[in-house]
Amino acid sequence: MEAKSIYQDPAVIKQELIDKYPSKVAKKRSKSIVINDPETIPEVQANVRTVPGIITQRGCSYAGCKGVVLGPTRDIVNITHGPIGCSFYSWLTRRNQTRPESPEHENFITYCFSTDMQEENVVFGGEKKLKVAIQEAYDLFHPKAIAIFSTCPVGLIGDDVHAAAREMKEKLGDCNVFGFSCEGYRGVSQSAGHHIANNGVFKHMVGRNSKPAEGKFKINLLGEYNIGGDAFEIERIFEKCGLTLVASFSGNSTVGQIENAHVADLNVILCHRSINYMGDMMETKYGIPWMKVNFVGAESSAKSLRKIAEYFDDAELKARIEAVIAEEMPKVKAVIEDIRPRTEGKTAMLFVGGSRAHHYQDLFSELGMTTIAAGYEFAHRDDYEGRQVLPGIKIDADSKNIEELKVTADPELYNPRKTEAEIEELKAKGLEMNGYEGMMKQMQRKSLVIDDVSHYESEKLIEIYKPDIFCAGIKEKYVVQKMGVPLKQLHSYDYGGPYTGFEGAVNFYKDIDRMVNNPVWKLIKAPWEQAETDPLEASYVTQ
Amino acid sequence: MLLRHTTKEIKEREGLTINPAKTCQPIGAMYAALGVHGCLPHSHGSQGCCSYHRSTLTRHYKEPVMAATSSFTEGASVFGGQANLLAAIETIFAVYDPEIIAVHSTCLSETIGDDLQQITKKASDDGKIPEGKRVIYASTPSFVGSHVTGYANMVTGIAEQFAESTGEKKDQVNVIAGWMEPSDMREIKRYAKELGSKIVLFPDTSDVLDAPQTGKHEFYPKGGTTTEELKSTGDSKMSLALGCVSAEPAAIALDKKFKVPFETLEIPIGLRATDRFIVSLSKAAVVKVPAEITSERGRLVDVIADMEQYFHGKKVALFGDPDQLIPLVEFLLDLNMKPVHIVSGTPGMRFEKRMKEILERAPYANFKNGLGADMFLLHQWIKNEPVDLLIGNTYGKYIARDEDIPFIRFGFPILDRIGHSYFPSVGYTGGLRLVEKILGALLDRQDRIAEEEKFELVM
Repeated sequence: MEAKSIYQDPAVIKQELIDKYPSKVAKKRSKSIVINDPETIPEVQANVRTVPGIITQRGCSYAGCKGVVLGPTRDIVNITHGPIGCSFYSWLTRRNQTRPESPEHENFITYCFSTDMQEENVVFGGEKKLKVAIQEAYDLFHPKAIAIFSTCPVGLIGDDVHAAAREMKEKLGDCNVFGFSCEGYRGVSQSAGHHIANNGVFKHMVGRNSKPAEGKFKINLLGEYNIGGDAFEIERIFEKCGLTLVASFSGNSTVGQIENAHVADLNVILCHRSINYMGDMMETKYGIPWMKVNFVGAESSAKSLRKIAEYFDDAELKARIEAVIAEEMPKVKAVIEDIRPRTEGKTAMLFVGGSRAHHYQDLFSELGMTTIAAGYEFAHRDDYEGRQVLPGIKIDADSKNIEELKVTADPELYNPRKTEAEIEELKAKGLEMNGYEGMMKQMQRKSLVIDDVSHYESEKLIEIYKPDIFCAGIKEKYVVQKMGVPLKQLHSYDYGGPYTGFEGAVNFYKDIDRMVNNPVWKLIKAPWEQAETDPLEASYVTQ
Repeated sequence: MLLRHTTKEIKEREGLTINPAKTCQPIGAMYAALGVHGCLPHSHGSQGCCSYHRSTLTRHYKEPVMAATSSFTEGASVFGGQANLLAAIETIFAVYDPEIIAVHSTCLSETIGDDLQQITKKASDDGKIPEGKRVIYASTPSFVGSHVTGYANMVTGIAEQFAESTGEKKDQVNVIAGWMEPSDMREIKRYAKELGSKIVLFPDTSDVLDAPQTGKHEFYPKGGTTTEELKSTGDSKMSLALGCVSAEPAAIALDKKFKVPFETLEIPIGLRATDRFIVSLSKAAVVKVPAEITSERGRLVDVIADMEQYFHGKKVALFGDPDQLIPLVEFLLDLNMKPVHIVSGTPGMRFEKRMKEILERAPYANFKNGLGADMFLLHQWIKNEPVDLLIGNTYGKYIARDEDIPFIRFGFPILDRIGHSYFPSVGYTGGLRLVEKILGALLDRQDRIAEEEKFELVM
């Protein structure tokens, strides 16, 4: 694309985005569309209901619970209790890669399990069928754990999946069975499902095995789901740095790792939105502090590694991490130097997820590209404005019905890894312990921040800004591309990746270079159509 | 192994479905509604339903799939979804301005007992439907039938709610499309044109889900059966329903309401089903079959005869949907192949009965449909009696790789290849495409595994 046109006043653009809505809808949407100022950080409305009829990117609680958080653990048999659809749609579609230890080790990710509820089960109750299904799964596979996920009708007809799970756990003896009330109507998006999943994993899995882990620097990786092999790259880096990964929540993970997670000395959180609950709860119960990190972007990866080294405050670790960074960075820099002349000055929009729309801005900035508008699909205000706004967030009816676990220090296992004074000292050194600054602080002044962007708003934004690339998901992919703008999927990565760490950054740079400079975008018009639209071409023809 | 826990030993299951060979009703309703011009499908349920259906259809077509949702929350689930649907209708007409909204229900709205007829009537009474616009509906609870019956329910809804009778018969034939690809629908229209017969095809997703790249997103692409055409179906002289499960219910509805007689055919996949379609359409339209169609048929028969040695006796496992499996299995038998294992998650006596008729020529075949007929069972059958070829949707690739079986993607959804929406599988040319695919899969394998001294140049 050629030189950028000068954008209109963002206030005018905002008005244009909501003009067509019925007045009540416009009023509501206007609170979710804000003009950014990284100094003052204006309030953005988030985690509220989508107006019925609005074409939204959002999915449901079940998707967040089964699809996102529990899906990537390979040795749980995940049974969806409900009609067939929900299990079918969440069957392998999230690209959670996994690497069993050997060909004999368990891997159920390729399987789809459902109770395939029929009308009679809805009328007379489905608990009996569920228990039969659990027994059959046990008899066939003898898994370590069976998880049950409730779909919409289950909650409405009053099936008690938790009671069924308890009964079957007792009956089976050597299989951990637990349920999730993650009916699709709970909350306002996938986010409710993340919270429900965190609660269930914390209650039923974490803390079951206290075998000490080997290694000096033991950490858990939270909110990393190994899409496209992201966790593999982080594992590679950790190993090089001498960091021991006890458990990952939940990319490339096993039941055993999660049950043992409480022996780690630090939780690092990648996707704050989907897993911050776990960080908080593990700190309260076991005394493990958490720290926000970001392994999307080469610079961010280096920065995150340095933060981890700072936390452990060990000279040897610090030196080793510096050596790793020194070894990895030149390869990354070489690729950037080649690509950057072709991407410099281009613009991006990111509307996706609950953390990706923030973190991928780092990769774009490494390419010299500017993010002109961004927003999340299912995040909360703290993901935009920073965690300091948490005490001020009003709990509405939709959030109120998601259980908040009452967590206290474990009488035996609580062991504060750092004293309060030590934490304060780390904070004083500039280490952001138990904190997250959010997306807006990093975005430019006058850029647009939009929560739960609608289809209509996306199309308008593209018309007005003509970005060089748009990042969203599969539902938006071909709509945006029909407008002649490449769309990078940041849920599935367009079946590419990994994009984390140093090697991931290189993959991303190459993919973006390929996309924004692809010759196909100049082939859209047929020669005779160009003759009609291009006056120069037309006058040439008539001469 | 990708499916390392699948055992050879088969145990009867009553509660657990593993690797389903079906999905739920609403996605079929959404697909059908996209075949009506200017129509926005609307999912009356949780957001997740709409999101999942749009995602799956988008992955299958690599095209925009627009649809809205009632965005149920817990409150709506307790107090009923009427307020959500009324609000949705108002928002949709204001923002997305469709000609028609086609609402389908979900397991959620059906469990709480929302009545779509009553709610859409209320929307009309309350003046929420602008002049000249329409809101139609179909009941598609996910705990009944499958995606195929959901499609049938929406097609029936379209027929019932659009068709009118002027009292004067029109010289046209309704062709009710069973679940097929846009490419197939385009091909049906080509045959009708070649025959010189006037048809109204509905639904029709060609020029909707195979839209060209123009640099502009057409929210309502140029394709889809128009309201005028749909209205006229009540005056047509007859209906041809292509598919006893996915198309016949709409034909029955038109017969009941407007006395439009109908004939149920199969989707014209393969030689004989296409023969029956051409005969019926030419009879219905009172036209002679042109020589060009006869030549097209001849080309297909010619290839089958020339390459017969490669088909003979090859064992095939199939999974998919009733209206595709019925003619496809018949075609495989005509190719002298052996369909040994067949599953479909879609329940129904009509399907079972027709399949049994066709399988009289294949008494050795394992066939199961409805509850418990899943891909786990199919895989176990394959482990017990290996096959030379597997035909089914993309999920089959896990079995194909583990068991090293040549695999042809056919059916819904196909998430990892293109072609199905552009090149038809129906008709004689579609038959030729299937034959080419089967030969390609079988002979590629032979080329790959043949010993060096037995490696053939000419085949």
